[in-house]
Amino acid sequence: MLFLSLLFAAAADGADDTNLKAGVFTPARPAPDFTLSGSDGSKLQLSKYLGKVVILAFGFTSCPDVCPTTLAVLAQARRNLGRDGDEVKVVYITVDPERDDAKRMRKYLAAFDPTFVGGTGSPERLAAVRREYGIAADKKRAGSDYVVAHSSYIYFIDRAGRLRALMPYGHTADDYVHDVRILLKR
Amino acid sequence: MRLTRWCLLLLAAAMAGMILWAAMAPITSASSEEIFEIPKGTWARRMAGNKLDILPSEIHLTLGVRNILVLKNMDDVPQVFGPALMMPGQTFRLPFELASSYQFACTAHASGQMTIVVAPMPASPLARLRWRLKALLMAAQRS
Repeated sequence: MLFLSLLFAAAADGADDTNLKAGVFTPARPAPDFTLSGSDGSKLQLSKYLGKVVILAFGFTSCPDVCPTTLAVLAQARRNLGRDGDEVKVVYITVDPERDDAKRMRKYLAAFDPTFVGGTGSPERLAAVRREYGIAADKKRAGSDYVVAHSSYIYFIDRAGRLRALMPYGHTADDYVHDVRILLKR
Repeated sequence: MRLTRWCLLLLAAAMAGMILWAAMAPITSASSEEIFEIPKGTWARRMAGNKLDILPSEIHLTLGVRNILVLKNMDDVPQVFGPALMMPGQTFRLPFELASSYQFACTAHASGQMTIVVAPMPASPLARLRWRLKALLMAAQRS
């Protein structure tokens, strides 16, 4: 695992970060690992995807606007990547564990792309993950229901498991394709 | 009297020349990066009760001139600076390609909000003149 990580890190150093459309972290730090309940019924562990580019998003299935837009863009980007799309894993972590169980997340994500995997868990566990990634989530009343105001940006984690970049909300599928292709360069 | 008139004429001509230059000359910049830095010791100073405003609540960028926001955390502790959680010694470089107003959550501000206004490249002479005047005013405010 460590050897793989070092190998990918050495290869990824050659990629030109200044050409990314996303915001780039320098130096890139290791993406904090986590273990959550995956929407596919298995244990969702970030380090399992070492060797792939991970697109990490935070949201909730009842989100009225930001999440559906983002996930539709990511699904489009994956389609546009063609075979390279197999080298990309989209991970979507809920900020609403009260409503988002694994089954609900699986059904929701499948509507965008069946390869997307969701992560849920206890409120404490999810809060700890959000803290590690600097994600804000604030539960707000909306009539008889509630919504969760949350950070809308997306993280790129490279093949070596490093937190390389942050894409603000509003970018197109082409922008994602552009950046993923740079990050996939070996 | 005659000398004063000549001096005034010369001054008016120089001002007209400057305005003409500001309106006609293309806007260029040595760097397309707008850099903000959290200095070492910021966290300690905040903990000691000092109120520090390192990052303005509104940042203005211009496409084609200065359209890359660079945030540097030189402090000893992680900081949420604009949209990014930054570790000590980390730099975050965010390019903008679309003119718009961007809102980011930011714990560095009392409002918890940071706005980045990205303006299009000034194309007309009047827009260039306005842009240079605004840049001059902002520079004067900063100093």
